[in-house]
Amino acid sequence: MSRALHDAATGTLFGVALNYQGLVDLHLAQFHEAPYKQPPVKPVLFIKTPNTRNGHDQAVIYPAGIQHLQPGPALGVVIGKDASRVSEAQALDYVAGYTIVNEFSLPEDSYYRPAVKAKCRDGFCAIGPELIPRDQVKNPHDLSLKLWVNGELRQENSTENFVRSLPQLIAEITEFMTLHAGDVLITGTPEGRVDVLPGDRVEVQISGLGSLVNHIVAEQEATV
Amino acid sequence: MRHARIRFEGAIHAATVEGDDNTLLLADGRRVAASAVEWLPPATGSMFALGLNYADHAAELAFAPPTEPLAFVKSVGTYTGHEQITWRPDNVAYMHYECELVAVIGKPARNVKRENALDYLAGYTVCNDYAIRDYLENYYRPNLRVKNRDATTPVGPWIVDVADVPDASNLKLRTWINGELRQEGSTKDMIFDIPYLIEYLSSFMTLQPGDMIATGTPESRASAAWSTGSSAKPNSSSSKLSRTKSSLSKRREQHDQALD
Repeated sequence: MSRALHDAATGTLFGVALNYQGLVDLHLAQFHEAPYKQPPVKPVLFIKTPNTRNGHDQAVIYPAGIQHLQPGPALGVVIGKDASRVSEAQALDYVAGYTIVNEFSLPEDSYYRPAVKAKCRDGFCAIGPELIPRDQVKNPHDLSLKLWVNGELRQENSTENFVRSLPQLIAEITEFMTLHAGDVLITGTPEGRVDVLPGDRVEVQISGLGSLVNHIVAEQEATV
Repeated sequence: MRHARIRFEGAIHAATVEGDDNTLLLADGRRVAASAVEWLPPATGSMFALGLNYADHAAELAFAPPTEPLAFVKSVGTYTGHEQITWRPDNVAYMHYECELVAVIGKPARNVKRENALDYLAGYTVCNDYAIRDYLENYYRPNLRVKNRDATTPVGPWIVDVADVPDASNLKLRTWINGELRQEGSTKDMIFDIPYLIEYLSSFMTLQPGDMIATGTPESRASAAWSTGSSAKPNSSSSKLSRTKSSLSKRREQHDQALD
């Protein structure tokens, strides 16, 4: 992690689930049934605990005994100053800059209960490599996300497919909780999550933000 | 011993709490009256809060008891200290108090077996894990809007050493609203006890010093009455770690007036 990013992104890691329209569309029929009963009304949020923090070119541990591990390419928004009850019009003023997040998770069969066991494992949130200042990203709603596994393009989408724009997210979240300077908003992973295995080199590219690389390592190897 | 974090004359201190009047001994040797300080949450790590961890509360909410702990995560912005204000949002009908025993982690814990679990604890504290049930949605339920609103999780007032709580599985939990006893239960009725929860969480992640496990709330005898939300009176609730005889926390709540 670069020094600028290390200094800026020190706070809580808040994730937004179901923020790509294609992903919501895939589940929409199911979201009208139990246990959901209706599609989400407000942003669907989760927390990646501090033990999940990981960096560029670092190992991500493939836990012993699991069946599937999935990278989660996402645009990361680093908050620059405390934001409480911020309007959409002013929301981006509270953004320090952008970075890449790879929000690793075990597969989610259900969105009904908090996904702590799937998402809060050590090293499951790679962030980096750089903090790109807000003003250097002309349109954060037109960035391409690409996930490469061992050099092969496996997942591709664009932030133009967000369900909620960044100003909408910041306004709706800060209506009830403060986003503090240093918090990171992980703005969602698109549909089509893929499985990765020990030995894989996983790379997330976002246009203008660079490339975040991680190496999947089996738990047994890592603990030797 | 009891350990608090407090703000005094603008500076944050770690303090030891002494005697029946809760005098605070600062690291530099000064002794300060409890009335002179602002109580801060005694720990600031992640909070892993348990839903439906008392059979009676699960029944009250019409849920079958879980077969695996139902844990959700709270972040530091939702914590507040003893004797601080929690704002009740406008236009809500179902803001519930939830008195809980909190286990505070003392050292990194990974793959800890339940028989060793207490070695990883710094101690115990109390929290009021308010829920604003009007905001419940069936996605990552209970969702952050219900459970992670600013300053809706009073924690404290202090951490009691593990050695001073001989049996954390036999503590009385009580909540008073404006002096009236409204919730009473015992930690013996927990479905998953603290050693089990440490084993469970540490089986897939590393618990960090300062992390907290809020172990769930028992049935509240008066939740229905309070849930009507028609009362305009400010509330206070308090809880006592009974075995310590000294860990008293009072909480005051006022209606939402002007946070913006």
